[in-house]
Amino acid sequence: MDTNLALLLLLSPFVGFLFNIFFGKKVSKGISGAIGTLTIVVSFLLSICFFAQLNQNGKPFEISLFDWIQVSNFKLDFGILLDQLSLLWLLFVTGIGSLIHLYSISYMHDDENMHKFFAYLNLFVFFMITLVVGNNLLVMFIGWEGVGLCSYLLIGFWYKNQPYNDAAKKAFIMNRIGDLGFLIGMFIIAALFSTLNYAEIKSAVASGDANSALLGLAALCLFIGACGKSAQLPLYTWLPDAMAGPTPVSALIHAATMVTAGIFMVTRMNFLFDLTPDVQNIIAIVGAITALVAASIGLLQNDIKKVLAYSTVSQLGLMFLALGLGAYTVAVFHVITHAFFKACLFLGSGSVIHGLHGEQDMRKMGGLRKAMPITFWTMMISTLAIAGIFPFAGFWSKDEILMVAFGHNKALWIVASIASIMTAFYMFRLMYLTFFREFRGTEEQKHHLHESPKLITIPLVILAVLAVIGGAINLPGSMWLNHFLEPVLVAKHEAHHLGTQEFILMGIALVGAIIGIIWANAKYIKQGFVPKEDAEIVGFSKTIYNKYYVDEFYTFLIVKPLNGLSNFFRTTLEPALGKVVYGFGTVANGIGSQGKKLQNGNIGLYLFVFVIGICAIITYLFIAQ
Amino acid sequence: MIENILNIIGIENYIFLTVLLFCIGVFGVLYRRNAIIVFMSIEIMLNAVNLLFVAFSTYHQDAEGQVFVFFSMAVAAAEVAVGLAILVSVFRNLGSIDIDNLKNLKG
Repeated sequence: MDTNLALLLLLSPFVGFLFNIFFGKKVSKGISGAIGTLTIVVSFLLSICFFAQLNQNGKPFEISLFDWIQVSNFKLDFGILLDQLSLLWLLFVTGIGSLIHLYSISYMHDDENMHKFFAYLNLFVFFMITLVVGNNLLVMFIGWEGVGLCSYLLIGFWYKNQPYNDAAKKAFIMNRIGDLGFLIGMFIIAALFSTLNYAEIKSAVASGDANSALLGLAALCLFIGACGKSAQLPLYTWLPDAMAGPTPVSALIHAATMVTAGIFMVTRMNFLFDLTPDVQNIIAIVGAITALVAASIGLLQNDIKKVLAYSTVSQLGLMFLALGLGAYTVAVFHVITHAFFKACLFLGSGSVIHGLHGEQDMRKMGGLRKAMPITFWTMMISTLAIAGIFPFAGFWSKDEILMVAFGHNKALWIVASIASIMTAFYMFRLMYLTFFREFRGTEEQKHHLHESPKLITIPLVILAVLAVIGGAINLPGSMWLNHFLEPVLVAKHEAHHLGTQEFILMGIALVGAIIGIIWANAKYIKQGFVPKEDAEIVGFSKTIYNKYYVDEFYTFLIVKPLNGLSNFFRTTLEPALGKVVYGFGTVANGIGSQGKKLQNGNIGLYLFVFVIGICAIITYLFIAQ
Repeated sequence: MIENILNIIGIENYIFLTVLLFCIGVFGVLYRRNAIIVFMSIEIMLNAVNLLFVAFSTYHQDAEGQVFVFFSMAVAAAEVAVGLAILVSVFRNLGSIDIDNLKNLKG
C-alpha cells in the first residue's frame, strides 16, 4: 500500500506532464492548468501523509523498486527513500509548487502555449521529486539532470526572443560544467565503495578504511556539482540570466526549489563532507564570498527580477557558508524559510510586472502601493523576512547562520554580516523604488494600474503568512527541526542555549538590518533618488552595475579563445584537411581518366594486350629459372 | 604399341606441332575480325594444348593427362555452346559478326 502511495507521489506530476503535453492543446486553458495544479496537490497531500506517518513511528520508509545496474561487484537498485530530509524537501517543493501552479493559471492565461508551460512545470516537479526521494546518488542524478532540462526549457519558454534562448543555453551549459563534477565525484565514490546507495556509502565511509585523498576529491567534485546547480562562485552567472523565464518559473525553479538541490545533495552526503574538513573550508569560503559578491551586485541592479536573482545567489551563498561550517540543519532551515519569502517576493514581482504589462525596470515604477495593496503588503512582509527583521522567518534562520559563523571564524561572520546588511539595503531599495513615491511610468500604464486577480494574490498571501511564521519550525527554544533531522544528520551537539553572546549577536544582526533599511530609506525616500540611466553610471558603480564584468571576463577567458579555436579549425585546419582528402580523390580520378582510355571496347586490342601479357609472364618465368 | 608410336615419331615433334598449332590459333585470334573464325582459332589453341597433354601422358606412361583432356573438351564444348548462342544473338541485332562492331557494347 505504502509502495503504491509512494509511487503515486512520484508519478502524479508525471501524469500531469503527459496529459498536458499530449492533450493540453485540445482542452481549454483552465482545465490544462487545473490538472497541472491538481497533480502537484496530490503529491503534496501524499507528502503530508508520509510526513505524519514518519512523525508517528519515526521510521524512514525505504523500498527498492527494481534492480537497476549489476556489474561484477557493483550493484544498484532503483529505490525510494522517504526519510526526514527528503520529506522536508518534498513538503516545500510540492507545497510551494502547488501554490505557484495555482498562480500560473492566472499569470500565464494570456499565453498561447499555456499547456506547454504547465507540462514543463509538471515535469520539473516530477524530476525534483525524483531528485529528492532517490535512495542513491544515481537516482538523484537523474532528477538533477531532469530539473536542469526543465530549467532550460522554461528559461527559453518564450523562445521567439533570442536573448532568452541564449540565457537558456547559458544556464544549461553552466550547469553541465557542474554536472561533470557531480559525475566524477560519483565515479570516485563508486570506485571506492562499489555502491552509490546513501546508507551503504555511509557505513563504508564510517568504517574509515578509504583513501582520504580520494574521498576529499570526491567531496570536492560533488561540491562543484552543487556549485553549478546552486549558482555559487564561479558558476553563478547563469542564475541572473535565468530570469528571462516567466516569473512563476523564477519563483519555483530559480529561487525556491531547484537551486536548493545543491544544498540538498551536500546535506545528504553530510557524512562524507564531515570527513573532509578541507573541502568544508572551501565550501564555507566560497559560500561567504558568493554571498558578499552577489549582494554587492544586487545593490545597483535596476531590473526588479535581477535584484531578486542576485539576492537568491547571495542567500544560497549564506546557506553554503552554513554547510561548510557543518551546520547542516541551519542551512536546511534557511532553505525552507528562504523558499517561503523568496517565492513570495518573486510572485509579488510577477504581480507587479503583470500589473505594468511586462515592465521590469524599477526606474519606471514607483507609487504602486495604493494600486496594488495586497501585492505591496505581502512583498513588504517577505522583504522584512529576508532582511532579517524580528520576528519574521528570515530573522531566525539567518541569525543562526551568523551565529554559527561567529562560533567558527570571525572573518566569515563579518563577511556574512556585511552581506546581510546589503541584503536589507537592496531589498528596501527595491520596495521603495517600486511601491513608494510617485509613479514614473507612462500615463497609459498609470491608467491601467490594478491589483492582480485572486489566483495571483491568494498564493502571495499564503506565502507571506509562511514567511511570518516559518521561523517557528526551529525557534531557539524548541529546535524542532534540529531534533527532527537528527536521525539523518550526524549528531552535532552545538550549544544552543541562549546566552548573552547569542542575544548580542542577534542584536547586532538586527541593528545591521535596520541600518541597511535606514540607509535605503534615506537615499530613496528622503532624497527621492532614482537610479540613473545606464549611460550616466560611472566609476565603481558602473563596475558593480555591470556585475564586476564577470560575464565579460568569462567571455574573454573562455568563450573568445574557444571561438577563436573553432574559427581556426573551421577556416584553416578543415580546408587543409579537406585538401588532403580531395588530393587523394583527384589523384585517383586522374589515374582513372587515363586508364579509362585503355578500355576502348576494341576486342582486338584487348586480345593483343592479353597475349602480350602472357608472353611477358612466360618469358619472365623462363628467365627467372 | 603406344611406345612404338613415340619411337617412330619423337616427342619433340609433337611439341613442335602443338606450338605451331597454338601460334596459328593466337595469330588467328589477333588478326581475324570474323567472330566465328576467332572462335575457331581459340578451339585450335585448346586442341593444341590437348594434344600436348596426350603426348606427354603417353610419354610419362600416366593417364592423368588424358583425364585432363576430357575435362578441357567438356568445358570447351560448353563454352562453344554459350559463345555461339551469343554470336547468333549479336548477328540478329547487328547483321554482322565483325568483332569490331562489339565496341558498341562498351557503356
